[in-house]
Amino acid sequence: MGKKKINARVYSQKEIAAGIFDMRIETDLAETAAPGQFVCLYPKDKSALLPRPISICEADREKGLLRLVYRVAGQGTAEFSGYPAGEEIAVLGNLGNGFPLEAAKGKKAFLMGGGIGIPPMLELAKRADAEKQIILGYRGGAAFLKEDLERYGKVYAAAEDGSMGTKGNVLDAVRENGLWADVIFACGPMPMLRAVKRYAKEQGIPAYISLEEHMACGVGACLGCVVRTRETDAHSHVNNARICTDGPVFEAGEVEI
Amino acid sequence: MNTQVTIAGVTLRNPVMTASGTFGSGMEYGEFVDLNKLGAVVTKGVASVPWPGNPTPRVAEVYGGMLNAIGLQNPGIDVFLERDIPFLKQYHTRIIVNVCGKTVEDYVEVVERLKDAPVDMLEINVSCPNVKEGAIAFGQKADALFGITSEIKKHAGQPVIMKLSPNVTDIAEMARAAEAAGADAVSLINTITGMKIDIHRRTFALANKTGGMSGPAIKPVALRMVYQAANAVKIPVIGMGGISTAEDAIEFLLAGASAVSVGAANFHNPYVTEEIIKGIEDYMKTYGIEDIREMIGAVK
Repeated sequence: MGKKKINARVYSQKEIAAGIFDMRIETDLAETAAPGQFVCLYPKDKSALLPRPISICEADREKGLLRLVYRVAGQGTAEFSGYPAGEEIAVLGNLGNGFPLEAAKGKKAFLMGGGIGIPPMLELAKRADAEKQIILGYRGGAAFLKEDLERYGKVYAAAEDGSMGTKGNVLDAVRENGLWADVIFACGPMPMLRAVKRYAKEQGIPAYISLEEHMACGVGACLGCVVRTRETDAHSHVNNARICTDGPVFEAGEVEI
Repeated sequence: MNTQVTIAGVTLRNPVMTASGTFGSGMEYGEFVDLNKLGAVVTKGVASVPWPGNPTPRVAEVYGGMLNAIGLQNPGIDVFLERDIPFLKQYHTRIIVNVCGKTVEDYVEVVERLKDAPVDMLEINVSCPNVKEGAIAFGQKADALFGITSEIKKHAGQPVIMKLSPNVTDIAEMARAAEAAGADAVSLINTITGMKIDIHRRTFALANKTGGMSGPAIKPVALRMVYQAANAVKIPVIGMGGISTAEDAIEFLLAGASAVSVGAANFHNPYVTEEIIKGIEDYMKTYGIEDIREMIGAVK
């Protein structure tokens, strides 16, 4: 399970929604990848020093393929999106702790993904032994990964522009459909995660949320990507956990977001 | 072929060290490199008590480098002595502890606590641009640097390296002040103060507004300052700033550095320190250099 930086090969690449790319890479990192973990990708552009952390969408152990679904957010991800099949790409992985699968076992669960927080829900949906209610929040446009997720549970969609499912966000979809759960797994933009945290507290259920932050090392050394924690963190001895190493998944009550 | 260098009586198996703050205490990068192969591990700065550091975002990429404003988050000297030092003692590398503080008394307290610890050298951080009190306040005026250096020398149990800031008018004057106050070596450069603005959000990229710039883009500035400092003092100079290849490290040695530190490059390539060590050996073989010390300051 050790971390390593390797050169992988792009197996396929396609744009699945405006600015959202689906890239599969050939690497043995797929054999050990856990849902909720991430990898760091490095641009070839020498002016770009830092890795781009990208969540693992799916890991195909038999074929040795990692599926990464990412949004083009700047020059680095724009470069990746131009890689054709066969291109070499530098990858550091597998990083972070994933979603706790034992917390899902036998439970009625919400798997909530918002925007580019949807991809990690796919591997989680494949691996979680739970009654899965998958709730996806989009701004609008194409409902990327919705069909993939429908194979693993009942999917509810919400779109801010009202173009599909519930008009609004993931919690609007929960209310509109009268849903409930014993446990929540969520990844998405910070306002969504804050709302999920509040909702979980009101319901008295645990919520495991995946956070993101700007990173420099990805391995816990630089202390760039910290989140304030309720309790003193065992590594830092202040209230700052490292998202890359102690997370990216945290129980919502443990972090102050 | 000899790759050993000696700084203040401490012999390093090779001149390649890690730059403080980029390598923790070696635990995280121990998964990638054999710490036994490094000349020294320079730890993240440690203070007398835990420091929480700055709000996020703490890091941002810039062209050819990065900005950071971590704010010297550290667990404090108690935890450091219990956890980090015993971890590093398992390896045959030199241990250099970077020390930070807000007041002279803070620095002295940490130095005193380290007196009987099995560490080889102390690097005194008087050049962090990201904390409001202490740190850089001692590193931007020659008389302040002289004062804190002489005070620390009174209490230190190990050789003292003063880490200098590039954010000064005359680096030679600063190096001379450290030497005059009894410093055993100087290391430079710390990061260059910089800024980045997110034009879409109309905010600073860092919560701290400003941060320290590191990475390949600062290397020419660092090299120039290392050359000036090495020509201004007789004590050893440890060079750093944007080193990411063996060629970069060799430039610093030729400019007068007795050892080099590798910082931000670890973030891009976690194996880089070992690759640089190997690359320096290859260079020595290519040019028939028997002793690495022949290279130090060879370009006048």
